[in-house]
Amino acid sequence: MTMTSLDKTATVPEEKPGAAPQGSGGRKRFASRRRLTVLGVQFGIVVLLLGSWELLVRAGALDALLYGQPSLIVKQLYIWVTEGTDNGSLGQQITVTIEEALIGFFIGTALGIVFGVAMGRIQFLSEVIGPFLKVINAVPRIVLGSSFVVMFGLGLMSKVMLVIVLVFFGVFFNAFQGTREVDKNFIANAEILGASKWQVTRQVVIPSAFSWIIASLHVAFGFALIGAIVGEFLGSQEGLGNLIRQAQGNLNQNGIWAAMVIMAVVALIAEWLITKLENRLLRWRPPQHSAAAEA
Amino acid sequence: MTTVSESRTNGRTAAAATSPAIEMTAATKRFRTPDGASYTALNNLDLRVERGEFCAIVGPTGCGKSTSLTLAAGMEKASEGSVRVFGKEVDGITPNAGFMFQTDAILPWQSVLENVAAGPRYRGVNKNSAYRDARDWIRRVGLAGFENNYPHQLSGGMRKRVALAQNLINEPELLLMDEPFSALDVQTRAKMSTELLTLWEQSKPAVVFVTHDLEEAIALADKVVVMTAGPAAGVKATFHIDLPRPRVVQEIRFDKKFIDIYQNIWEALREEVDIAYAQTTRSAKPDRTDAE
Repeated sequence: MTMTSLDKTATVPEEKPGAAPQGSGGRKRFASRRRLTVLGVQFGIVVLLLGSWELLVRAGALDALLYGQPSLIVKQLYIWVTEGTDNGSLGQQITVTIEEALIGFFIGTALGIVFGVAMGRIQFLSEVIGPFLKVINAVPRIVLGSSFVVMFGLGLMSKVMLVIVLVFFGVFFNAFQGTREVDKNFIANAEILGASKWQVTRQVVIPSAFSWIIASLHVAFGFALIGAIVGEFLGSQEGLGNLIRQAQGNLNQNGIWAAMVIMAVVALIAEWLITKLENRLLRWRPPQHSAAAEA
Repeated sequence: MTTVSESRTNGRTAAAATSPAIEMTAATKRFRTPDGASYTALNNLDLRVERGEFCAIVGPTGCGKSTSLTLAAGMEKASEGSVRVFGKEVDGITPNAGFMFQTDAILPWQSVLENVAAGPRYRGVNKNSAYRDARDWIRRVGLAGFENNYPHQLSGGMRKRVALAQNLINEPELLLMDEPFSALDVQTRAKMSTELLTLWEQSKPAVVFVTHDLEEAIALADKVVVMTAGPAAGVKATFHIDLPRPRVVQEIRFDKKFIDIYQNIWEALREEVDIAYAQTTRSAKPDRTDAE
């Protein structure tokens, strides 16, 4: 029972996605130069957009009151950071919003996964609950935000509820679909090897559905932020959404933009963290061609 | 491992100990097609496989070879007739059987070691002893050193070895194989077949090996069952192969006796292959005229 030499040559277990083959010096140099070019062009586009915006406002072609002005947005951010907002420190506003988004995101994701997998696995459950979920999904759920403010007041609870409702459906449908798409042979094989129903769910179905579930998390976190902001917008005493509402009330276009910049930074950090989680949980996957470009 | 085999021996009744590994009597399997019609895959199939016997099933494409395996494994229930495995009517997944699929069924997110240890782990063996057994089986199928690799890092032949180890670690008394090596290149396939025989002779489970390759069937089996062309397939003829063991699959085809047996069985098989071929071309024709 020796290894066939044939099999050995067919394997490349050591190769990492980013590792370039021989002659890597030249190729690496080429790759990094290309990267620099891309970054340069991207930087140029940003400068061009912001610059022409600023110039058009200064020249009087755009009304500063209606469109805002990049330099004043920066100034607004500077004031918020150094002097705080009308609601207290800027850090406090950001923390409140992130807290609402995160609590809702975790609860909504957990519920989505549990319901999705359970309904994907248990035919009876999906037959009974399926129509209800379809109806709820058809409702424009963001409107529930108003209802939650009435029900749960101006505090944390109403925002968390709205976030849960928004996050749940995205995760749920992906978890459900992922559970349905599991390779039938994987399940049959595990059953023949002696796995119980619960073992099949835990060892085969959930890991298999994970690539679907994780894909939904990117979108779900975006929804979580939207839910928190809109919730604050509809009724609150603090948070970034509240800042935006005040800015809107004061016709402070720069304030709205400034809050948006802060949210974008938060969303980008979250996106980065989710991608890290994705790479960690799905490290069993064969390296894809796009992975080489990322590395 | 001891705990697994012990519980298995205890579960077997005295009467069942003498019964054959598989006994199908007039087994019929009908499927419902998407448009609501009924399709008979197997009709009145009689099949008997003794304990420790290596039985190969050959037949033309679409003749229900795989269906007979899924009946024995308990993945499907017979519509009519009886399917008994070790004397017990099949009801749900057959407990002491292994199954090798045509496509890969090992889990891509688990390492070779975790995949091979899966059976004992499902059956409640503790992690340390399951892994110890798994390492031993990985060595026996020639994959030592690849314990921590993921399936995508292995070649097709190596993945088949993982699947083989994953099944054999459970010490099945019945091993069902559905064209397991059909995706491999010719050389790897012959080599895998020889290694399968070596492993089989160590524990001698009953094997049902489905293939469309008559050469492979004769080289491996004690008994070759030729099935009729589907639908409503059944057994056409059964041939006993008395080639001496141990056999080397790569070389046995040069044996004079092998060639005689081959010609003999081919006579029976050719007719069915022709029927199956005629069916596919005939069913293709009306479509063409419709289109015109």
